[in-house]
Amino acid sequence: MNDTSDPKFWSDLVDVLILGTGQTLYMVSVSLLVTIVVGLPLGILLVGTERGGLFASPFGSRTAGRVINRVLDFIVNLGRSIPFIILMIAVIPFTRLVVGTFIGSTAAIVPLSLVAIPFFARMVEIALKEIDPGLTEAANSLGASRWQIVRKVLVPEALPSMLLGLATTVTSIINFSAMVGTVAGGGLGDVAFRYGYQRYSTIHIVAVIIIIFVIVQTLAAIATHFAKKYARTTSETGRLKTVETLELKVADAH
Amino acid sequence: MISISHVSKSFGTGAGRTLALDDVSLEVGRGEIFGVVGQSGAGKSTLIRTVNLLERPDAGTITVDGRVVTSLTDRDLRIARQGIGMVFQHFNLLSSRTVRGNVELALEVIGVDGRERRTRAGEILELVGLSAKADAYPAQLSGGQKQRVGIARSLAGRPSVLLSDEATSALDPETTRSILELLKTINRELGLTVLLITHEMDVVKTICDSAALIEHGRIAEQGKLVELISTPGSRLARDLFPLGQVPAGTTGTVVDITFSGGSADRPVIAQLARDHSIDVSILGATIETIAGNQAGRTRLEIPGSPETTAAAISDLRAQGLLVEVV
Repeated sequence: MNDTSDPKFWSDLVDVLILGTGQTLYMVSVSLLVTIVVGLPLGILLVGTERGGLFASPFGSRTAGRVINRVLDFIVNLGRSIPFIILMIAVIPFTRLVVGTFIGSTAAIVPLSLVAIPFFARMVEIALKEIDPGLTEAANSLGASRWQIVRKVLVPEALPSMLLGLATTVTSIINFSAMVGTVAGGGLGDVAFRYGYQRYSTIHIVAVIIIIFVIVQTLAAIATHFAKKYARTTSETGRLKTVETLELKVADAH
Repeated sequence: MISISHVSKSFGTGAGRTLALDDVSLEVGRGEIFGVVGQSGAGKSTLIRTVNLLERPDAGTITVDGRVVTSLTDRDLRIARQGIGMVFQHFNLLSSRTVRGNVELALEVIGVDGRERRTRAGEILELVGLSAKADAYPAQLSGGQKQRVGIARSLAGRPSVLLSDEATSALDPETTRSILELLKTINRELGLTVLLITHEMDVVKTICDSAALIEHGRIAEQGKLVELISTPGSRLARDLFPLGQVPAGTTGTVVDITFSGGSADRPVIAQLARDHSIDVSILGATIETIAGNQAGRTRLEIPGSPETTAAAISDLRAQGLLVEVV
């Protein structure tokens, strides 16, 4: 079965790897899209509903703001504390509702998004909190509306940090996508599981590791490139922020 | 132009409650440059923020250019703010936008369309002397240049009033002078009323027409500088002409004589020494240009008997000089 002298072994390996990579990329990119669409507003609301924030008193009530803040904070903490494998299984009914099945790469997008959204929301929160509050004051003094402040001041100023946060989130998604292989979710993790674990093929495992490594490094490089491009400044210590320093910050914050 | 009437503001609750502003009232005339001076924590930052309602007062009303700012709806407040410019100590520029972009931000907020934005931004940058740097980013600018951008941004909406929150406190003396020059030019050419807060008396000396002294949330003194100078006991006037401590070992009577307007160039001291035959010693002196006029204060030690001293002092007072015995 693992006869490396058999040419069919190698052509099968390539087929399997191409399929697996394609599935992984598909799962990760769609999950990423969903994560950004839901996670960005979530992070903005999380910061905005704090005391003194832009949305501190939605509908004129500070109590409403406090309630929204607590609820969102709870959801985010919940999402970040449940181990992914358990989350994957726990949301099976929900996955079936949304996608029609709980097996396969498309179904895997549901738990992947659910775990990435709170993660990214926290990254957005950190990025927004780094912005000098004086900028919001200046925007208010110009007569800007809350929406204008979010769109024209907060998001552009937080962009470099958010891009780095996005890179960390993607790495996380790729990480978790490997686990969906254990429940027939497809992808490179599935390849590693079926061939590496069930059929003891070390070559498959090594190939998967190399491919994932390349994907992650490429994404990190792209994110850092764009973060530098939009930064137009250096951090207070004079060093440009990198994915590593951002991860340290996340570890500190929780 | 700006009318602050019985404004109070406190922060915190219960035992930690601090009264930042205590029944503060002041008037800034149209076209005037008004300076509020005070130590850190005196309340000046809170005070200036109530004018455009970045801080909402607990009591009192504020009127700017005929509009009662304290009772506007959110939407009307935003519109009113577009007519009130503000510059900050730490500039508060968007690092993600160029100089031009920062100025255009103000215009975008107002709703000015693309082409007109560009034209208007260009005009303002010309006014503050930054046309050459229009495409630079704030990270590439010096402190003085950043503050010019801040000023340009605040002028975009053609405001009638400019609020300055320690605009020069983070700048070196020479840059401070050039920014103050710019403010004075804008005040003169655009008829812009300026309300500024500062802890530096130099700023008041250089450009203000009127001033107020704020202490522990209360206005201790206010008035036009030219009047304050000839007001005996005025602390603002004393701070405008700092003469330091009286040196130890002085035996005679020490008097401070304040000159303003015409009296500054008369040979008062020489005449005093000659007419009363006393050996007057000068312990300190300073002459400044306040609101365009020369004014000064001299500290003299007058030796001799109480009668001679009294005669000398009444002679000086008869000439219209402000004489205070230290």
